[in-house]
Amino acid sequence: MRVTIRVFAQLRDAVQHGVFDADVPPGASVADVWRNLARTYPALAPFAGSVSCAVNASFARMTSSVHEGDDIAFLPPVSGG
Amino acid sequence: MMRLSIGPEPLPLDALAREVEREAQARGEGCGALCSFVGVVRATHQGRAVRYLEYEAFEPLALNVFSQIEHEVAREWPATVLAIHHRVGRLEVGEASVVIVAAAPHRAEAFQACRYAIERVKQVAPVWKHEFFEDGDAWVEGALADPDDDLARQEARRRACA
Repeated sequence: MRVTIRVFAQLRDAVQHGVFDADVPPGASVADVWRNLARTYPALAPFAGSVSCAVNASFARMTSSVHEGDDIAFLPPVSGG
Repeated sequence: MMRLSIGPEPLPLDALAREVEREAQARGEGCGALCSFVGVVRATHQGRAVRYLEYEAFEPLALNVFSQIEHEVAREWPATVLAIHHRVGRLEVGEASVVIVAAAPHRAEAFQACRYAIERVKQVAPVWKHEFFEDGDAWVEGALADPDDDLARQEARRRACA
């Protein structure tokens, strides 16, 4: 199934683009999507322990399941304010 | 004016303060205290001279987070009215990156709500600061964002009420 992936800040630098579509297997979790991404972009590996995620612009858990057309965002540690 | 906002425009502290005060006046006890916090781009970071900053955000999620912070503040300090505006894009030294305004019947809850809100913004809001120095650049790594982390909420409350 097709999903949209968004990455920000250091993650975007590692991937070299911010928003893109990807195919993921049916029944995939957000963690599966992350693992696929980190296989394609090894520069993401150092962030595995500190990344948060959102699905359709709401915070989610890495264990959340993914559905066709979902918008999945991976967020490095935040530094607003 | 929207009380929760994120975008590239310069932050309207005075207009936002008037808006929040008006809203608080219309409530039960009225407005007796207006407390604001303005985060400003500092000229140095750990001894290095800062040329400018760039803020990036996941804006729809940031608005959801601001709304969650507003609800948390309303639970803890029910008589307060809160506004949060964050800026994104390139900011020069001395410019405001974030403005928080809290209005309440009395000063204690205005101060506490304002401090709590900025602590929560720093803990959870999906915003990233990229610093540009004379001799390079770096992303600032802050908190692992988890809006349901109760320990983080308690820490924000402890700081607000210290």
